[in-house]
Amino acid sequence: MPINKAAKLVENILDKAKLEAKPTRDGFGLGAVAAGKKDPNVVVLCADLSESTRAQMFQKEFPDRYVEVGVAEQNMASLAAGMALAGKVPFIASYAAFSPGRNNEQIRTTISLNNANVKIMGAHAGVSVGPDGATHQALEDMALMRVQPNMKVFAPCDVWEAKKIVEAIAQIYGPAYMRFARDKTPVITTAETPFAIGVAQLFWESAKEKVDVAIFACGPLVHESILAAAVLEKEGLGVEVYDSSSVKPLDEKTVLAAAKKAGAVVTAEEHQAKGGLGGAIAEFLGENHPVPVIRVGVKDRFGESGEPDELMVAFGLVAKDIVAAAKRAVELKK
Amino acid sequence: MQFPKKEHYSVDELYKMANEMRVDLIKMLTKAGSGHSASPLGTMEIWTAFYFHILNHNPKKPDWEERDRLLLSCGHYCPVRYTVMAHAGYFPHEELWTLRKYGTRLQGHPERERLPGVETTSGPLGSGLSQAAGMAKVAKMDGKKWWTYVLMSDGEQQTGQIWEAAMFAGNNKLGNLIGILDRNNIQINGFTEDVMPLEPLMQKYEAFGWHVQDIDGHNIEELIDAVNKAKAVFNKPSLILAHTIPGRGVEFMERKYEWHGKPPNPKEALEAIREIRTLGGRIRSEHE
Repeated sequence: MPINKAAKLVENILDKAKLEAKPTRDGFGLGAVAAGKKDPNVVVLCADLSESTRAQMFQKEFPDRYVEVGVAEQNMASLAAGMALAGKVPFIASYAAFSPGRNNEQIRTTISLNNANVKIMGAHAGVSVGPDGATHQALEDMALMRVQPNMKVFAPCDVWEAKKIVEAIAQIYGPAYMRFARDKTPVITTAETPFAIGVAQLFWESAKEKVDVAIFACGPLVHESILAAAVLEKEGLGVEVYDSSSVKPLDEKTVLAAAKKAGAVVTAEEHQAKGGLGGAIAEFLGENHPVPVIRVGVKDRFGESGEPDELMVAFGLVAKDIVAAAKRAVELKK
Repeated sequence: MQFPKKEHYSVDELYKMANEMRVDLIKMLTKAGSGHSASPLGTMEIWTAFYFHILNHNPKKPDWEERDRLLLSCGHYCPVRYTVMAHAGYFPHEELWTLRKYGTRLQGHPERERLPGVETTSGPLGSGLSQAAGMAKVAKMDGKKWWTYVLMSDGEQQTGQIWEAAMFAGNNKLGNLIGILDRNNIQINGFTEDVMPLEPLMQKYEAFGWHVQDIDGHNIEELIDAVNKAKAVFNKPSLILAHTIPGRGVEFMERKYEWHGKPPNPKEALEAIREIRTLGGRIRSEHE
């Protein structure tokens, strides 16, 4: 199987039934506790969603470094900016629809323009939030954050990557945003899987000599992309799948090399097809190496209530949609 | 010019310095050709009292950790802050004439990354109290002795965020946080009580768990006294409601909301400076 061994992924990655599933937000809780142990300046602020965002895990470990702000996301963003300017490393936790949704201007002025060392944790991003419906399914959060100078943007593929991102951004200065999608996401990486800010990791390397299409994905769609790659390879196409959890900074070097090698690119994310990872890659390749880029994402509509799995199918965010996108990208090369 | 470094200025000296700085404020606004006149003129005594009496600070070390923090929530007041900072020695006096020009550190609304000493970036109204509360919270968590002050406008009391922050500060008993509310009754579209009434402001803050005093914002002794009283209140954040006259010192600007967001033209500037230097014609100016 053409899984990149250096990525140290789990076994049975193509068999969903055998994979453990864990909420990616657990990675925030675990990462915050680990970062908090390393640096006494790490603090966590939460807007009345401590259980749901897993801020509670930090609160239990460090009750004196947990700050409850109530349902007040605008205050939370600027409060954290003030704490950062006084030397703390604040993580602010809420649902992505409210933070960075509701408090976008406060983030822009008091965090990004101010270059304050605040880390924004946006939970419940994507349609896989499920029954809560469109109001709670953030689909534009990466677009909002990606266009702010100084801001870094991350979308982890599973719980372990989320934990690594939290620990990594706690150690570097500057504003950062991380979104976590879906209640339970298949765990595909391990503690040994490499992670570095601004680096796309190769998870699936083509078994074939020739690579026909390169897939860049983030969040739960990384696993769907691997499932898609297995189908595509069976049908005779050479495929590479990259985990591009670092949406900004984008790993431009890897994107360019992959686009040159494959000549066609697919992006996949649980976000509007506009403005997120797909937008970033299309912008970059348009200016540097124009090749067909097909974006798998939500097509300019809001989410709705339903079970997570049926919504992922209904919104075109599963392996078969990535397969179709890949075929179209290859077709466009001709 | 920079005022001589002194341990203590007398109140009379502070008033003279405030008036002197009003002249520079008028000059810089006129040279900039845009910017806000009324509220900066109206809060000159407050800024003078802070930088030359109240604050524990070091203009040569703006990031000194033990300094008191003074935040400006309503960023459009920045010309008065810049004027007073220059006279306190934060940056060369001639830099005042670069206000709002391309490449300047004195941006139209203040930016922390460009000008050390302004503490934070502000302009969009209503976020200063939150940031000040964040700083005060850190000082309280870590047992630090410095004070956090924040100057707010009355217009921005219309934003929801102010009340989110007021609730937080009250709940967290931030006794090391002191807010100064410049109650000058004007905003861009008119008088506050016509645009969107704010009263009763004192009772509102009290209901949010604050200790509240109201003072004549042009009376430096009253302000210093109120700050000392506020410092003595241990378990509540303090609000000093400072009643000021917008455009103070220049009669044709006083109490007129039309002067909220524009600078004087060169002719108006001459008239304004003459008035400031003669204290409204009560004394002869040495410059005449």
